[in-house]
Amino acid sequence: MIWVGLAGFAVVLFTAGLMLGLSFLRRKSAPAFRDLPAFARLRQAVGRVVEDGTRLHVSLGRGGLTTPQGAAALAGLGMLRRLADLTSASDQPPVATSGDSAIAILSQDTLQSSFQTITPGAAFDITAGRLAGLTPFSYAAGTLPVMHDENVSATLLMGNFGVEAALLTDAAERTNTYLLAASDNLPAQAVLYASAPDALIGEELFAAQAYNGGGPLHSASLTVQDILRWLLIAVLLAGAALKLAGFL
Amino acid sequence: MKFKFKGLLSTAIAIASGVMVLLGYFFTVPALVNVRIELVNWAVILAAFAIFVGVVNLLAVHGNKVRRKEKGRFYSFILVISLFATLILGLALRPEHPTVAALFDSVQLPVEASLMAVLAVTLTYASIRLLRRRLNLVGVVFLVTALLILLGAAPLPFFGDIPILSDVVRPFLTQVLAVGGARGLLIGVALGTLTIGLRILFGAERPYGGK
Repeated sequence: MIWVGLAGFAVVLFTAGLMLGLSFLRRKSAPAFRDLPAFARLRQAVGRVVEDGTRLHVSLGRGGLTTPQGAAALAGLGMLRRLADLTSASDQPPVATSGDSAIAILSQDTLQSSFQTITPGAAFDITAGRLAGLTPFSYAAGTLPVMHDENVSATLLMGNFGVEAALLTDAAERTNTYLLAASDNLPAQAVLYASAPDALIGEELFAAQAYNGGGPLHSASLTVQDILRWLLIAVLLAGAALKLAGFL
Repeated sequence: MKFKFKGLLSTAIAIASGVMVLLGYFFTVPALVNVRIELVNWAVILAAFAIFVGVVNLLAVHGNKVRRKEKGRFYSFILVISLFATLILGLALRPEHPTVAALFDSVQLPVEASLMAVLAVTLTYASIRLLRRRLNLVGVVFLVTALLILLGAAPLPFFGDIPILSDVVRPFLTQVLAVGGARGLLIGVALGTLTIGLRILFGAERPYGGK
């Protein structure tokens, strides 16, 4: 048991060291990323939001902070901050919906912080960060009116969603809204692949900030993920070979 | 200056709490474990209180809609009335009372079940449109695989299970290819979770406000 803890700590320490080292080495060079057209289309849609005076909607899913799904919601909150910085000066400030109360409070805090940075002194509408519903379908039902009635022209679904996300992608299509969707949930990823015009699969959800103006640590974390993935592949293949040879 | 100090303080508290919880998970030193349990308990209590704040937020959003006579205000009015009625009944009779349970069973469950039915239609429609949206090899493979699994899972009238498709193709697709792919995706998600956790510990990402 002690060895398992030590091994886990060693992995975290190794990852942290790699991230810090790579971000320091690459602090002056421009990051090079694999082409993901979805992010280019998101930037265009955000530009249109500001030009048209319409609204950006970010939906953060149902992942609670005290659950393993909280990481997806945190990735969504990071993107909310970046996009709010770009659109808070628009005629209609962005709106965020979530299915977890703590994430709803954090979304209000994020939107308020961005709003006050861009328009100091102006009154912030705290209902821009909303709790849509606490169960999967009540969350979807609570989010649909925002997409239909609040002059939304771009929607970002980023967090932990289940298959109910298909109701939201359908609403986006009906209202002719741009939609980028990402979830850490596997069935939801399959549903989003089939129903969303732009869907992020697997760890692409966690790469969103690096692609959208993140710092050196964000781009370093993508490289570290690649390194760790190759190490895991090597370990899996070595384990299979050893088992085949009768050593395990 | 005050704003900046507030941001620095919240960042320092968040990083210190995160590091202590992380160390408490990896090392079974009693002092660290006790601190971890205490911090996690605080988080659970705060999350429970956040539900109350969330309900107030929900009430504010829909109350504003009714007051400003916005589109869909009738539904918001129904929501506000239902919220108060359920709250008063729940407080007066307790949630386990048959009347409160019946209210949940006869309203919440049928509504969620009907949304599930709508979802089935939405997914069927989405799969039909898939090739229009993604006319490429992966899109074709996705659709053909979904069709093969559906045919393999749903027995035909009078024929029953389809030979080969039900016994060989479907199990191979679901238990070999799909499981392999799912594990690959889960490993990617786990690595992403690890790096985002570290970015928060380093203070590069601050989901608790401040710049």
